[in-house]
Amino acid sequence: MKQRAAVLGTGQTHHAAKRTDVSMAGLLREAIDRAMTDARVGWDDIDAVVIGKAPDLFEGVMMPELYLADALGATGKPLLRVHTAGSVGGSTSIVAASLVQSGEHRRVLTVAYEKQSESNAMWALSIPIPFNMPVGAGAGGYFAPHVRSYIRRSGAPEAVGAMVAAKDRRNGSLNPYAHLQQADLTVEQVQASQMLWDPIRYDETCPSSDGACAMVIGDEASGDAAADGVAWIHATSMRTEPTTFAGRDQVNPQAGRDAATQLWHDAGITDPLSEVDAAEIYVPFSWFEPMWLENLGFMPEGEGWKLTESGETALDGQLPVNPSGGVLCTNPIGASGMLRMSEAAKQVMGKAGDYQVDGARKAVGHAYGGGSQYFALWLVGAEKPE
Amino acid sequence: MTTEAPPLSEPLEIHFDYTRSLGPVLGRFMTGLAQRRIEGVTGSDGRVHVPPVEYDPVTAAPLSEFVEVDQEGTVLTWSWCAEPVAGQPIQRPFAWALIRLDGADTALLHAVDVEAPDAIHTGMRVRVRWTDEPVGHIRDIAYFVPADAPDDQPPPPTSPAPPAAERADGTSVDTMITPIKLGYDHTVSPEESRYLRALGEGKLIGQRCPKCEKVYLPPRGACPTDGVPTTTEVELPDTGIVTTFCIVNVPFLGQQITPPYVVAYILLDGADIAFLHLVRGCEADEVRMGMRVRAQWRPREEWETSMRNIAHFEPSGEADAPYESYAHHL
Repeated sequence: MKQRAAVLGTGQTHHAAKRTDVSMAGLLREAIDRAMTDARVGWDDIDAVVIGKAPDLFEGVMMPELYLADALGATGKPLLRVHTAGSVGGSTSIVAASLVQSGEHRRVLTVAYEKQSESNAMWALSIPIPFNMPVGAGAGGYFAPHVRSYIRRSGAPEAVGAMVAAKDRRNGSLNPYAHLQQADLTVEQVQASQMLWDPIRYDETCPSSDGACAMVIGDEASGDAAADGVAWIHATSMRTEPTTFAGRDQVNPQAGRDAATQLWHDAGITDPLSEVDAAEIYVPFSWFEPMWLENLGFMPEGEGWKLTESGETALDGQLPVNPSGGVLCTNPIGASGMLRMSEAAKQVMGKAGDYQVDGARKAVGHAYGGGSQYFALWLVGAEKPE
Repeated sequence: MTTEAPPLSEPLEIHFDYTRSLGPVLGRFMTGLAQRRIEGVTGSDGRVHVPPVEYDPVTAAPLSEFVEVDQEGTVLTWSWCAEPVAGQPIQRPFAWALIRLDGADTALLHAVDVEAPDAIHTGMRVRVRWTDEPVGHIRDIAYFVPADAPDDQPPPPTSPAPPAAERADGTSVDTMITPIKLGYDHTVSPEESRYLRALGEGKLIGQRCPKCEKVYLPPRGACPTDGVPTTTEVELPDTGIVTTFCIVNVPFLGQQITPPYVVAYILLDGADIAFLHLVRGCEADEVRMGMRVRAQWRPREEWETSMRNIAHFEPSGEADAPYESYAHHL
């Protein structure tokens, strides 16, 4: 039986296109120091460290756990690295939680990062493979055909993608850590921005960011002892599927549906839309908001866009989605998943500042990676789980 | 008995100049090197770390107490590099050594220029040889020599200095460029090799799963759904449909096709999985989901064992496939 666990504190960097003022170690410590301050713990309180980062070619560091051990305070402690492509920040959080839920450790520090400015992710994602057509064109090139399929399948109006982008940028302007600060970006401006990977426009695309995110996860006694509230972990789930196989649903992948089904079951949730107060969902291209609303079971298949179009995913809507601004505002790929998990935690801890969802008691954090083949989810709450 | 030709293999070489932000500690170290000074940092236990570390190995606290150390030191241990590879500091046999500089408590890894393994030993005294034009890089220390080596000793062959990041005069070093080059031999499976050799003869050969009967092109040798070997080969026509697509308008590093171009999932007639290829022969905004297409092959004399033998797919002019006929392939 799992032990109870809680997020004791969160921290993140000020995200930007280039953080040339810090080394990778310094970038991580900016997030770690904030998380440890928030959790009111010192290095002696940390029993183990779990780190995640984006695929190695993205920044050319193969074994960060080796050279970063000093900076992570891991001397004399277990140090693990997790790797699941773009979902890594989500799965890293879940691995860290499991080390507490298993009873193995009392407090675990977890951190995820990426310094995109040191490399070129578009190049790294488009390496021509011998014998094949050189048609790779980055993440946008990969996902754009599936976005087109979603639009065709659902009959969603063209403006929905732009509405997501304008909404997330507005939210991001309330978040002092967010990379893009575009409070006044309008739906019309998004629709007028350059078409990069038709049907995905420039303003519907996430930025390239340098940044890191960290959390301290503790056991029940640590959570009980925290003075100003923690985020109790009610359920976690992960699922995987191959990138391609005949009959694969690339718009609404089975692995994502299965991960969500398990999450709601384990968290005792029967109607996610009415029971969840806020969602931090991995949306690197705007159309993934309605796509994942369906995949996660918030809306029936083909109807996710209706929630977006009606304004119900805005900060004051029925289900605020990405109140922090999400991946569309901040995208240090290796950290983007952990930012979703920690932003969900901040909502139920009441620490989300200007983008706090009023009365948030339960929030979901979500990350996906690869060709929509890795999924990581957690549900956190202000109250202890049953 | 026939012997099957070996699997096909092709080299794949990738390289990138990563730009490392050094941060306050390594930045100061590199800035010192540009001025032919070697600075270490004092840790919480009083040890002087050279090269400096940004965070204390004992307490994890950030470190900032710098101290200059000597340019002469002691070999703690070493190994012989009999066959230097490109980019290593000395381009003839040399020793790698862990060197503790006088005033430091930790060791620095660098090259020592000695003629043979019997000319170096643990405990030997060595000193720095600087490069002629230091730029703020660990390679400003060209290599070490025995402490008693004459100053007029002819220099060994060295490799060109790595690229240095631009900086204004008088500013500190904040970025280091680290070029990375990776060479692979990309070898494909026996099944994919047969498929590629068939492509070299203008044929498209897939495989059918004996259980679910789905046809895969390229063939995989095993069905990803059922986990069983796929042995039945199926020749497919070079006609099919576009299931979905995108128009690439964005230029990027390493791009081989000039934008704009249409990248489409092509589902060949008789296949159960689509693959990515180019669609040309019409305006990009005329490409549609369900559009019928046929392969446009390169001239036969240009064929190799590659999907590139098909230059692109182009509209066949037939009526579009109804959405329901391919909806389950999206």
